[in-house]
Amino acid sequence: MLTVKDLVVNYGAIQAVKKVSFEIHTGEIVTLIGANGAGKSTILKTISGILHPVSGEIIYQDRPLKKVTAPKIVRAGISQVPEGRHIFPGLSVQENLQMGAFLRTDRTAISKTYDDVYHYFPVLKQRRHQDAATLSGGEQQMLAMGRALMAKPQLMLLDEPSMGLAPIFINEIFDIIKAINAAGTTVLLIEQNANKALAIADRGYVLASGQIKLSGTGTELLANTAVQKAYLGG
Amino acid sequence: MQTIGQQFINGLSLGSIYALLALGYTMVYGIIKLINFAHGDIYMLGAFWGYYVINQLHFNFILAMLSAMLFCALVGVVIEYFAYRPLRHSPRITALITAIGVSFLLENGMSYLFTANTRSFPQVIKTVTYHVAGLRISNIQLLILGSACFLMLLLELIIKRTKMGKAMRAVAVDPTAAQLVGINLNHTISFTFALGSAMAGAAGVLIGLYYNSIDPLMGMTPGIKAFVAAVIGGIGSIPGASLGGFIIGILETGVQAIGLSAYKDAVVYFVLIVILLVMPAGIFGKHTKEKV
Repeated sequence: MLTVKDLVVNYGAIQAVKKVSFEIHTGEIVTLIGANGAGKSTILKTISGILHPVSGEIIYQDRPLKKVTAPKIVRAGISQVPEGRHIFPGLSVQENLQMGAFLRTDRTAISKTYDDVYHYFPVLKQRRHQDAATLSGGEQQMLAMGRALMAKPQLMLLDEPSMGLAPIFINEIFDIIKAINAAGTTVLLIEQNANKALAIADRGYVLASGQIKLSGTGTELLANTAVQKAYLGG
Repeated sequence: MQTIGQQFINGLSLGSIYALLALGYTMVYGIIKLINFAHGDIYMLGAFWGYYVINQLHFNFILAMLSAMLFCALVGVVIEYFAYRPLRHSPRITALITAIGVSFLLENGMSYLFTANTRSFPQVIKTVTYHVAGLRISNIQLLILGSACFLMLLLELIIKRTKMGKAMRAVAVDPTAAQLVGINLNHTISFTFALGSAMAGAAGVLIGLYYNSIDPLMGMTPGIKAFVAAVIGGIGSIPGASLGGFIIGILETGVQAIGLSAYKDAVVYFVLIVILLVMPAGIFGKHTKEKV
């Protein structure tokens, strides 16, 4: 579904991503794990068209995504849940979700997606008229995920969805990611919480200093001693 | 008591013009953090447009105002496209200086093309003065107040209820996240300039009718005062801009009424200084550490 080939991206003056290649097949959950500053978020921002690569290719459904603007990437079926949630304060929960469906025009299909989102996150329905800024951190994460789902993506990019959340929310968020995937959305998940991420992932890549160091299935990587040492606190 | 009431009415009419102008400043600031110093000159262009369509094409008032709004919306979009968009990623001071440059260009360009002479604005509506409880209220004042309030309400509806209005708010609070949901920044920014400039165009025609005279430099002082109004209300805040406009209008007429006409501008700036000392973010402003 998505192939990243020899991707090089600069972030300011530093080369944050150095010749990274990986691929995601339709229906998978793929995770990129690695320490802070390994280049994970930079890769996601580049796929979403917020940053532009120096060289290398991103091919999505046989189409290169070079020089494609962010809105067109959303239209093509890739939506992102950004790191730190980035919900729109001052807009109500429902308005935030409406913005998620910004490019869609079919009203009946959109209202169906609202139902799906409220099914995953009942708390958002309860709070739909509230200012999004008044939500708790966990609820804001749910809203950010709901907003990304509103675009009806084929591929969903999640950047550190568990960051800063209470453990109870973390489990819920990971359960919902699995459910979203089971419903047919391919997932690319970036996490510092490598244990959790590898446990639900079909495959994973380990990123360090802007390069892929290891790859394998989720179970393989969980069992790998080097991975355990570096990322799983083992 | 009567004088106070009378000045209050005069202040409201003048204030609604400032409010209309202040809305443009505050919306543009909200979305791209630029003080658009050419905004007052768009109001001048609106007044000149009104002057020409009424004199040459014999438009009535409504048609003149609507066409001035359309024309100014277009001018605003063109200015943003050519002057500000190429500087989107430059330091803010660059865009600010460019805005001052655009302002000079419009003022001097119009002086060159149409001479710097003051022209008398065609009075499409015959002034009728009503006497209510000892107060003099003209139909023009009512028209200004009514049109301004109607436009502000309309703007509020657009921003609160429409998809594009919500996109404007989304871009204003978080441009990156807005792009990630598929909002086109350029379109949204153009839309904002169009809305703000249309309000300025309406204000231009209304002031022409009220003061009966227009000239290419007429936008300078009201432009700065409307900017002050936006700052007093809390820059970036829509209700703040409206309130700020009315405060400045009432203040100015009040100062004139007590015989200090010569100091009316000074008083406006004095109040600005006091408000900024007490409430640095303005009346409705959010407390941020950002500096202009």
